[in-house]
Amino acid sequence: MSTLVDKSKVPWWVANVIVPLVNLIVALIVSGLFIYIAGANPFKAVQLIIYGSFGYIEGFAYTLYYTTNFIFTGLAFAVAFHCRLFNIGGEGQAYLGGLGVFLIAINFSFLPVPIVWLLAIIASALFGAAWAFIPAYLQAYRGSHVVITTIMFNFIASSLMVFLLVDVIRDTNQMGPQTASLIKEQWFPMLKDIGLLFGIKIRYSPLNISFFLAILALFFVWFLIWRTKWGYEMRAVGHNTRAAVYAGISPHKNIIIAMLISGALAGMLGVNEVLGVHHRVIVNFPAGYGFTGIAVALMGRNHPIGIFLAAFLFGILYQGGSEVTFDMPKITRYMFVAVQGVIILFSGALENLFRPQIESFFVKRLNNAKVA
Amino acid sequence: MVSPILELSYINKSFGHVQANKDISLTINKGTIHGIIGENGAGKSTLMSIVYGFYQADSGSIKINGNELRLKSPRDSIINGIGMVHQHFMLVENFSVLENIILGFEGEVVFGKKLKEAKKNLINLCETYKLNIDLDSIISDLSVGFRQRVEILKALYRGAEILILDEPTGVLTPQEVDELFKILRSLQQEGKTIVLITHKLNEIMDLTSDVTVMRQGEVVGHKKTQSTNKEELAEMMVGRNVLLRINKSQSKKGDVIFRVNNLQVKDDLDVMRVKNVNFEIHEGEILGLAGVTGNGQTELLEALSGIRKIESGEIQLFNETISNQNNFLNPKELKEKGLAHVPEDRQRMGLITNFKANENLIFGYHHQRPFSKASILVEKKIYEHSKKIMSDYDVRPQSPDLITSNFSGGNQQKIILSRELNKNPKVLLVGQPTRGIDIGAIEFIHQRLIDMRNKGVAILLVSVELEEVLSLSDRIVVMFDGKIVGEKINQDVTEREIGLLMAGIA
Repeated sequence: MSTLVDKSKVPWWVANVIVPLVNLIVALIVSGLFIYIAGANPFKAVQLIIYGSFGYIEGFAYTLYYTTNFIFTGLAFAVAFHCRLFNIGGEGQAYLGGLGVFLIAINFSFLPVPIVWLLAIIASALFGAAWAFIPAYLQAYRGSHVVITTIMFNFIASSLMVFLLVDVIRDTNQMGPQTASLIKEQWFPMLKDIGLLFGIKIRYSPLNISFFLAILALFFVWFLIWRTKWGYEMRAVGHNTRAAVYAGISPHKNIIIAMLISGALAGMLGVNEVLGVHHRVIVNFPAGYGFTGIAVALMGRNHPIGIFLAAFLFGILYQGGSEVTFDMPKITRYMFVAVQGVIILFSGALENLFRPQIESFFVKRLNNAKVA
Repeated sequence: MVSPILELSYINKSFGHVQANKDISLTINKGTIHGIIGENGAGKSTLMSIVYGFYQADSGSIKINGNELRLKSPRDSIINGIGMVHQHFMLVENFSVLENIILGFEGEVVFGKKLKEAKKNLINLCETYKLNIDLDSIISDLSVGFRQRVEILKALYRGAEILILDEPTGVLTPQEVDELFKILRSLQQEGKTIVLITHKLNEIMDLTSDVTVMRQGEVVGHKKTQSTNKEELAEMMVGRNVLLRINKSQSKKGDVIFRVNNLQVKDDLDVMRVKNVNFEIHEGEILGLAGVTGNGQTELLEALSGIRKIESGEIQLFNETISNQNNFLNPKELKEKGLAHVPEDRQRMGLITNFKANENLIFGYHHQRPFSKASILVEKKIYEHSKKIMSDYDVRPQSPDLITSNFSGGNQQKIILSRELNKNPKVLLVGQPTRGIDIGAIEFIHQRLIDMRNKGVAILLVSVELEEVLSLSDRIVVMFDGKIVGEKINQDVTEREIGLLMAGIA
């Protein structure tokens, strides 16, 4: 076995498609073993996952709903990471983003609905960005590590929101820590509403037009990172701060810009959850999407196409996983947290485990083919 | 009696479409110091990586002591007595010397009696070869020269009979080079065989007994060092006559455009590194700044280009005064005003090595037209520019989409130089323009600098290569311990005079 493969001879599809696919398959096999040890039939589980996430229209809609959230938080992490910043505060930024959406919608109900939507989207981005600003400032000018400050800001966001939901913006007509509902006209159209327009009856699912906003965000991030001066400068700072300074690029400024855009993207999760699904702010609506977004971004190699695929995969696991836990009592919800963990392990931490073997296999194959 | 220890025959190796080694045959005799010389990209390092088992040859055979071997990994090579000291050291910074040497050594135990034995063996080796290393010191505390010795010791401990050194002097001070050469000679006396990869002709003449010249992946000749000379070797390397001294016309000096008054600059550790420096540069003049590395040149260049804060004093440039009062004009503004800077450390400052070539060709000018409009990068213009500039400066390979770290050192430097000269600057700061690059590229870069001078650009050339300073400059100042210790008009100065000033003696 050769130890080093000549990288220039490895076709792109081997490095970027075959290798991740093999990693994923190995992760699924290991997960299958877990499920087998837990006393359930892994093949049945796979069947259920596929059926649950693709088999019927509402199931697929749920998959895309989860995908929407993962796209936002995955992109948020990726943008910061291009500037070599580990923004793990997506959770808190998303929480505040939802608050922004709610405040706009409830206070501007007299405005035409499309304008409210537009303002609400802007507000989600601004609130998310604002929540990222303090850690960004502290990193840029005081050198406080953004990992520490953003995780602290997650806790602060959580406490702040509980305070607001209990004492300030709670709907006083009921007991739970949640706000009043937005007026129906302001709700984002859901898949079932759109179905009715075409005369198709679809049962409830949380999928709504935020999905398109997420797709737009994917294009936006691609353009930002690879086609604008800001993306160029953020990448320069991320790769080599010294060189950036030499070229007249300010690391301080770019750290802040990257974090603000990152926070804004995370904040947009609030659009999906508040305008699209709950129609109010409820306690802890970000529900861990901010953290899973880190895995999504790393698995998707911080590129929008990769992030879309990884978000979709996690959407399948979330939706299919809940189907499995519903039908197979031996498999608990935590089992699926473990499955996610295994997938992150093989496609993130152990990413290069099989790479040399696979690449040298294909390089040899292709060489032989050429000779023959 | 001469017996061959390493015989290579008809080695071929290609990367993609590039054939790095073509039918290379080479015999190295036991107990010799054998030089392999060639321009960057001539295939020297590839060849040695094949010998060291890093790469496998596409065809050809390798014999060690007459036995044909298949070296599939560095481990195979180590077992067969080949050791390699890389250009960039492979040491764990926060481990001790001993730990680094034992690290990863097959069958070695890291504690108990075996460790003591290992230590004893190492001490013996150090004494035999006068390496003078304290085994317990931490790598990060050691100077570059000592780290290199640790690499040598590591190779010896693993039983190296053939020691390959890849550009060993690139990172060393002149004193460290002398020490290294002493060590290499004592290794030779003890019967070891040394393969020295370099592009410095002086080292070949000083040290080797045989020399092999490579050009564009092929061997162009083997010589006994005694029966050749620098000029002949240089010609073989480049394939034509080389001007070791550049031909340049008398400078047409204009007004003073750049003046530095009583400048003081501190380094990152708050130590004053530039002390009361004064000089001026005219339009159409190259001012050479000579000096041994670490005498404040780096901090001076950084201050002049706006990267580093000025402590006191002032810089007059483009009819403006930069001082610690208006501290400081930033690199971006200075660039826009017409100051270009080719930094000393091209990989850590001049380029982003994991950017594509086209991205580096606009680095620092990316926000200017025509490369961006309303903050959006104009891909088409960037590509046109990249293609044109890469062919003007003969950057090879001419592929704007290639990641910059895949270019050779000389070509990386051409990328920087072309970028900085392209905007017709009025003042040009150049640090170590030809460090670690091959003769062909050196000649090209020198000619470009002279062209810029003839166009009326004021150039400050900072270099530790005395020959370079002497051949390019119209006037020379020498920096020692942060101060300017002498100023000479180039025509009436000798290498010896400058050398004494550099050493702080005169």
